[in-house]
Amino acid sequence: MKLDGGQALIKSLEMEGVETIFGLPGGAILPVYDPIIDSPIRHILVRHEQGAGHMAEGYAHATGRPGVAMVTSGPGATNIVTPLADAYMDSIPMVVITGQVATSALGTDAFQEADITGITMGVTKHNFLVTEAADIPRTIREAFHIATTGRPGPVLVDIPKDIVDPNNPRSAMDWYWPDTVDLPGYHPVTRGDPAMIRRAAELILASERPVIYAGGGILKARAAEALRALAETCDLSVVTTLMARGAFPDDHPLCLGMPGMHGNYTAVTAMQEADLLIALGSRFDDRVTGKLDGFAPGAKIIHVDIDPAELGKVRRPDAGIAGDCRLVIEDLLVAIAELGGPETQPDRSDWKSKMSGWQETYPVTYEMNEPGELLKPQFVLETLRDSTPDDCIVASGVGQHQMWASQYWRFNHPYTWINSGGLGTMGFAVPAAIGAKVGRPDRMVWAVDGDGCFQMTAQELVTAASERIPVKIAILNNAYLGMVRQWQEMFYDERYSEVYLSPDLPDYKMWAEAMGCIGMRVESPEEVQPAIDKANEIDDRPVVIDFRTDAREKVYPMVPSGKANSEIVVDPALGQGGR
Amino acid sequence: MMALETKQHILTVLVENKPGVLARVAGLFARRGFNIFSLAVAPTDDERFSRITVTVDVASAPLEQVIKQLDKLVNVVRIDELAPEAAVERELLLATVTSPPESRSRVVELVGMFEGRILGVGSTEVTVSLDGSPAKVDDFERLLREFGIVALQRTGRVVLPRLDEIND
Repeated sequence: MKLDGGQALIKSLEMEGVETIFGLPGGAILPVYDPIIDSPIRHILVRHEQGAGHMAEGYAHATGRPGVAMVTSGPGATNIVTPLADAYMDSIPMVVITGQVATSALGTDAFQEADITGITMGVTKHNFLVTEAADIPRTIREAFHIATTGRPGPVLVDIPKDIVDPNNPRSAMDWYWPDTVDLPGYHPVTRGDPAMIRRAAELILASERPVIYAGGGILKARAAEALRALAETCDLSVVTTLMARGAFPDDHPLCLGMPGMHGNYTAVTAMQEADLLIALGSRFDDRVTGKLDGFAPGAKIIHVDIDPAELGKVRRPDAGIAGDCRLVIEDLLVAIAELGGPETQPDRSDWKSKMSGWQETYPVTYEMNEPGELLKPQFVLETLRDSTPDDCIVASGVGQHQMWASQYWRFNHPYTWINSGGLGTMGFAVPAAIGAKVGRPDRMVWAVDGDGCFQMTAQELVTAASERIPVKIAILNNAYLGMVRQWQEMFYDERYSEVYLSPDLPDYKMWAEAMGCIGMRVESPEEVQPAIDKANEIDDRPVVIDFRTDAREKVYPMVPSGKANSEIVVDPALGQGGR
Repeated sequence: MMALETKQHILTVLVENKPGVLARVAGLFARRGFNIFSLAVAPTDDERFSRITVTVDVASAPLEQVIKQLDKLVNVVRIDELAPEAAVERELLLATVTSPPESRSRVVELVGMFEGRILGVGSTEVTVSLDGSPAKVDDFERLLREFGIVALQRTGRVVLPRLDEIND
């Protein structure tokens, strides 16, 4: 079958099972947009290419399938660099197709030319510049294979215009679909080393104060059930990192919640005082460890990761296992049984009562509103949490609202929490929520956003309104870049520099309405519940609620930057008993 | 890990012969703060692959981390680590030195002692070459400097495993 390169590209995406492309056309990618008209693939026309990238990420988070975005060359391509970097840091499977100037014009500073493979080398798992139409099916097959196997990540495929333009003889090709991929340098590990797994089993059975340190890799490996089996079999408490919220149910008695800079006291301190950390798909990120040489000083380390380079990158493991989390945990359970099972473990009742004591003394808490006071953001989140189904998907931006959302929500299902962890990309929430809703139309999807974040990508609500994607946005509008304000208050003597944004410029309600959404404004506690109830009833267009919240509210607990986790500061309302 | 006291380690990196591969390897080193001491690239006997010989300053980062990160590059097929004592190393030096007729015989004598070659002779300058172990090339360069260097270029080392190492 004779096809042109553009037809072959779309057909290749169909062969990969792609159902949705998030994109925006332009000069160089124009020829590929023609065959889209005849394809069953749904194309969602975004208003800015960054939105396409974050939507693809949100889609991938929610479904586990690779997100796909397509944009033009030059500025189209550079606009999607941030989502690529975001997906790279958080190991999100994503394939981005970029248009490129014709091969004959490459390197000549042609109109809308940018060296996007050069630019994105450091923020993609791999990228390709395709120079022959005949290479398109093979390259697309390889791109999806690389994006979705091993440690998932973003892959960019750069397509020069001449090889997809039916008017150019260079675009002619004979269609084929490769049965296999041939990548001599790419062999991701899956099964863990049996000797190391046995060593890990021994460490668990001998441990007196073990803690499972579960990371985003659990979700990537679809290992939530395996994790639960391990925790329950050996009676192991579990912390879930920002990237792993929902990987272990928050309402499970063994769940300690989120560790790290804004983690709860018990999760942080249990890791700190553990004699064994069982790191599963987590990477000892600085936001979790605090000052590294003060982190979990007495703990032996089991580290399971699909990426061998993570083992020993930050902290040297006593048992380092390169492999897929689900398979390794399953093998680990077998090894534990072979060594005599959990009956051989030491008595850990002292350790467990110590942890439950911390939970009682230092809960995550805030002071309730006094009548007439500004809204507390935590109260808004608690009300929202209690007014939504248990499997509601929550997407967030980056900053105070993100930390509060992670702290106050109860995540009882995997793939219900979508946020930008590694890169910390403000503006992530709105497009990620849209992508999630496209992938999971059966679920209610709320974005929890800050006013600073919202202003960065709000234009994608036009996309959502015109495509009838009924996401719901809760803006916690404190009129500040809140997290920066908090740091300036605590560490810069309350010298506020360039953090004030104004509560009503823009007018968020009018802005939402202008974008085809329902807009609401909430200023007092008694208005919170009715507004949320009203939003939950709307299912034919996006809803935006502008919650006017108290700017003085800070995120606690907090481990100050550069300090050890033992120096955690709890909410002043709890007294300074937490140090 | 062996020979940590040696500050330099040699990696031979077999890569797919594709455009941009050297940029990927060099970019990785720059991005992760690994220092390269020398680097040489050439095709192998199999046209699908090239071999990059890179001498790494392991004081800058643990060698294990350098290797693991390199191995994640999709176009990197195989990495071999060679401690200097386990490798046969060669390097080529080209140099033009000041050499008026009255001192020329001393340059010729030096080149002869090192089994180098005279590549060209001008009225006041001589161009010489030497291939040998990096240590020998170091010595030769040091002695050449006494004549006054006009231009000097070294290739960086290329390496193969020592044979008894292979047969082990």
